[in-house]
Amino acid sequence: MANNQSGSGSRLVAATLAFILVAFTFSTIYVFAARVWWPPETISLMGPVIDAQLVRTLIICGVIFFLAQLLLAFVILRYRDRGQRAHYSHGNNTMEIIWTSATAILFLALGIAAESSWAELRLRGAAPGAVQVEVTGQQFAWNFRYPGPDGTFGRTDPTLINDSAGNPLGVDFDDPAAQDDIITPVMAVPLNQEVEVILRSKDVLHSFFVRELRFKQDTVPGLAIRLHFTANKVGRYEIVCAELCGMQHHRMRTYLEVLPPDEYQSWLQEQAAF
Amino acid sequence: MATEAHPLVHEAPQGFVWKYIFSKDHKVIGIQYLLLAMVSVVIGMYLSVLMRFHLAWPNAKLPFSDDIMTSEHYLALMTMHGTIMVFFVLTTAPQSGFGNYFLPIQIGAADMAFPTLNMLSFWFTFVSLMVMVAAFFVTGGAPISGWTAYAPLSALGEIAGPGLGLGQTLWIFSLAIFCGASLMGSLNFITTTLDLRARGMSLMRMPLTVWAWFITAILMLLAFAVLLAAGVLLLLDRLAATSFFIPGGLVVSDQLIAHQGGSPLLWQHLLWFFGHPEVYIAILPGMGIVSHVISCFSRKPIFGYRAMVYALFAIALLGLMVWGHHMFVSGMSPYSAFAFSLLTMCIGVPSAIKTFNWIGTLWGGKIRFTTAMLFAIGFVSVFISGGLGGIFLAQPTVDIFLHDTYFVVGHFHLTMGVAAIFGMFAGTYFWFPKMFGRFMNESLGKLHFWISFIGIYAIFMPMHFIGLAGHPRRYADTTGVDFLAEMNPVHLFITIVALVTVGVQIVFFLNFFWSMRKGKKAEINPWHATTLEWTVSSPPPHDNFAGRPPTIYRGAYEYSVPGAPQDYSPQHVPEGVSAPVSDR
Repeated sequence: MANNQSGSGSRLVAATLAFILVAFTFSTIYVFAARVWWPPETISLMGPVIDAQLVRTLIICGVIFFLAQLLLAFVILRYRDRGQRAHYSHGNNTMEIIWTSATAILFLALGIAAESSWAELRLRGAAPGAVQVEVTGQQFAWNFRYPGPDGTFGRTDPTLINDSAGNPLGVDFDDPAAQDDIITPVMAVPLNQEVEVILRSKDVLHSFFVRELRFKQDTVPGLAIRLHFTANKVGRYEIVCAELCGMQHHRMRTYLEVLPPDEYQSWLQEQAAF
Repeated sequence: MATEAHPLVHEAPQGFVWKYIFSKDHKVIGIQYLLLAMVSVVIGMYLSVLMRFHLAWPNAKLPFSDDIMTSEHYLALMTMHGTIMVFFVLTTAPQSGFGNYFLPIQIGAADMAFPTLNMLSFWFTFVSLMVMVAAFFVTGGAPISGWTAYAPLSALGEIAGPGLGLGQTLWIFSLAIFCGASLMGSLNFITTTLDLRARGMSLMRMPLTVWAWFITAILMLLAFAVLLAAGVLLLLDRLAATSFFIPGGLVVSDQLIAHQGGSPLLWQHLLWFFGHPEVYIAILPGMGIVSHVISCFSRKPIFGYRAMVYALFAIALLGLMVWGHHMFVSGMSPYSAFAFSLLTMCIGVPSAIKTFNWIGTLWGGKIRFTTAMLFAIGFVSVFISGGLGGIFLAQPTVDIFLHDTYFVVGHFHLTMGVAAIFGMFAGTYFWFPKMFGRFMNESLGKLHFWISFIGIYAIFMPMHFIGLAGHPRRYADTTGVDFLAEMNPVHLFITIVALVTVGVQIVFFLNFFWSMRKGKKAEINPWHATTLEWTVSSPPPHDNFAGRPPTIYRGAYEYSVPGAPQDYSPQHVPEGVSAPVSDR
């Protein structure tokens, strides 16, 4: 055989390859397990549920990753060409059945475990009386609208949209319900109260992403997507765009303020004064 | 199946143009595809180097330039990097390149079923690439909407951003042409596999490479037809004022858009109905090549050959039913997420079957670490690492956080990018002696492997890490968001590793072209392999078997058969006869 490098060559190669696999496996597991990089502490009521599923997945995948990579390293070392004769075998049906059913049960169980939290997040509507905020994405800014004391959003009309005249959402101020609508470039929500967001877009796709809330949803022109969350930690958090929307996609950033209820009320009044 | 002299044998063409340019010989066309993919991969890699440079040093002037990269420039490079890599490298090389060259030989045919269609399919691909590259040079430059071209950004024209005018139109035209090429190619592959197998080459005796190309061709036929339709609709929205993807009442840059009634989600459904199978179109041929190479250099039959075939089918079938996992947070019905999620988790099962069977093939073997084998083993490792990332993204609850972050970038680069490319490298080092009659240099090959293997993990695992910390993808720089500042050192690290890893690819190219002329001469069957490509001269003659197709006596991977005269039993040698002398 022309390129037969069995003998001393293959021993060094096998050892090097096995070493790289082992080193890579352990260092990867270290970074995940030590949480060198990790989502920031959650401020959402549902956050711990999402995180628990993430950790569950990480453990299961971590174990599979560890065993599979080390098994690969082992066979490379153990069965390198040392002049032995290879074992003649076409496989083993029992083993095929075992690993097929084992992975099927494991992966499906993991997938099913994730479903109740998805149902809670996306299938259940917001409770009546939830604070309503309309979120509208545009190239390259976020607009937030609060219905004001009457609890009703005013009518909008795209023909009335005029950014420079200060009407980015095309609110029809002839509509009585629109008189008390509050429009802001920063989002504030009260602590420990359920918030219903109504996600819209004026132009192209955007995605409303707050890491601490574990909340991400595309805003789609033509759709009003209603979702809900409850923030349980006071603070200021970044809202970013997670769906490519054009040149300044990476700058489409604003803030979410989670405020104690009384501060939230005074913030609303301040905004209404503009 | 042909029994006598092959009915489709055509005369060897005369003259340079008919022999090497408008050739109908599947081997020449295969090499044309491989060269086209090599040109494309150089362009694609160059674009990624520029992007990595900008991410590491956002305020520095580009090398050999007086300009600092603008965000629209970055997004144009990103779009073209993705498009060129997905279509002109990952679809072109493993399937059309290696498949064209080796599928007919491995089943004992003289050529593809439709040689003229084959030639046409290559030249469509070539024109498609020219149109795609032309997008760089038109007013406004290349499109900035990403390789997924999500509507309405891709549908609105220049008003939505630079590159979205003529550049985006050329992009769609190019892909429509590419779809045409792929449909022609896949018909050819399917027909050839079904109709032109030599006597005795039953389906379950075919090499796993042939199975992979065959199943990939079926996927291509189904997937590219849908992409073609989607592309036509998008073109109509842009050029004929239809509104398939543009809803009413849009206001872009303070201007009301005249369209109404379309759905942006429709584009995503159509794109991913193509786009998810595309992942498997890129990687299934690699799986075939890796099985082929691992069996040969373990000197063992494939562990669970039938399970490997069924797993390929299962991956392809499930791959057609899971497109919605790209859309968990898109605004589609949250109920459909249950089905898409569980079907996606199911793909983990045939993927695990394949992985276990590769390890089972290595187990008890007599492993020879040629460069081809190293890349095949590297493929298995990368496929495990990258594949497991899919288990995270398949769950809508977890995907809410990870969607459109660098976790996704790391995941798909490992699987459809690096794993597929490692499959191609394995194929290149393995088949080079057959294609050019000379070996590639093994020392340079091993250098190429070691640095590539360490490099790709050092590039793409850290992307998983910053994705886990919430770094959104497709950001031209990190200066606009406070929480990204702490991730800048990771970007710098990735860029430095990427520069080294790209650098070592130059060694591969030098080795490739140097070895074509100066490499050590290869005999007919240098690896002592069992399949038909190793029964013809290196390189094979025009009609492969000189009008006398072989008869097949056994399965594709009969290595180390007890009592056999040597540790490989070629498919074409009758029982009790040792391999021809020329073979040793």
